[in-house]
Amino acid sequence: MKCTVCRGPAVIDLRRHNSNFCAEHMVRFCRDQVAKAIHDHRMIEPGERVLVAISGGKDSLALWDILLELGYPAEGMTIGLGIGDYSEHSTATSVAFAEERGLKLHLVDLRDEYDYDIPTASKVTRRVPCSACGLSKRHLFDKSALDGGYDVVATGHNLDDEAAVLLGNTLHWQTEYLGRQQPVLPASPGFPRKVKPLVRLGERETAAYCVLRGIDYVVEECPMAEGNRHLRYKEALNIIEAASPGAKRDFYFGFLARAADRFQPEAQEAKSELVACEHCGAPTPTSPCAFCRLVDRTAGHEPVPVELVRKRYARGRGR
Amino acid sequence: MGTFLAGVGGGRPARDNGRVMKVVLRNPRRELDVPGPITVTKLLGNLELNRESVLVIRGNTLVPGDALLDDADVVEIRPVISGGAE
Repeated sequence: MKCTVCRGPAVIDLRRHNSNFCAEHMVRFCRDQVAKAIHDHRMIEPGERVLVAISGGKDSLALWDILLELGYPAEGMTIGLGIGDYSEHSTATSVAFAEERGLKLHLVDLRDEYDYDIPTASKVTRRVPCSACGLSKRHLFDKSALDGGYDVVATGHNLDDEAAVLLGNTLHWQTEYLGRQQPVLPASPGFPRKVKPLVRLGERETAAYCVLRGIDYVVEECPMAEGNRHLRYKEALNIIEAASPGAKRDFYFGFLARAADRFQPEAQEAKSELVACEHCGAPTPTSPCAFCRLVDRTAGHEPVPVELVRKRYARGRGR
Repeated sequence: MGTFLAGVGGGRPARDNGRVMKVVLRNPRRELDVPGPITVTKLLGNLELNRESVLVIRGNTLVPGDALLDDADVVEIRPVISGGAE
């Protein structure tokens, strides 16, 4: 198999692009796709301060690396989620990436700063762990970006993530969420601009980029996410993709081009009804905001072991 | 020592040299001994793995679908699906 660009030995075949690439041209392909996404969707303007949401996984570290290679002086932020060994490994991997390259990485630890962690929050509030995690991340990345004077928060959501979320939102006709599912969420009072520069790359491609660039990332899956709906949607889409290369890209970008606008009224209506949280000031449908309610209920509670929460949700998903 | 899966290879017995390919799978981590030679695409098919969901790594670099894996190889099949949005 030869590289489509230089005819040298290929290291990867990308069926949806009908292309094979050697290491050099695979890395270039990934950078070009990110540059195109940033340009097409006007994600980042020259000179803007970028905060990258870092998890220690392939997507966030690939994103940080590519933004720097493209000339954006991006800084990182990671959150200590308290999910046992997994979180410790994730934080250590993120710190090592930043230290090896002399980059600035902001650390926020839920237990140290807010006196809770994700397993405990899940148990106490009876939220699905991924829900408590997503809520915490969204609030803290928004807050840190606004407090730190950043213009934009960049997240590592890739094409597979967006296609899986779109499938879930469509299956359940979550019209408000469909109206918000965009590669760029503009800044608004209390919210920084949020961008997804990896939307043109699948996760097989971001993983390949990390391998080829020698980026050490956390391969293990979060123990809290095991078997969740999002993963099942991804598996379903990959079965379709294997039979019909390009199906995920057509699904997501077809939605953006031909359907997303139809759901804007629902998204706008929800956003126009926000008030300021009486505790933290963040925009929220009802005060206090969901994050402050979560902290209020969970802070100070005796820490709950990861295994306890994991088993409970594993049982629930098996039914 | 990993589990020996003769059926995962090309359907032939291991060679007389006593060497078999070592295949490392992740999440959870486990090892299989597979007789070669066999192409990446054939190996993934025999393991019933979707090519869209994994990378195949030999040494420190990626190998494409038509690459021929041999008995001396140590091969990692790395899943690429990650999740955490519910």
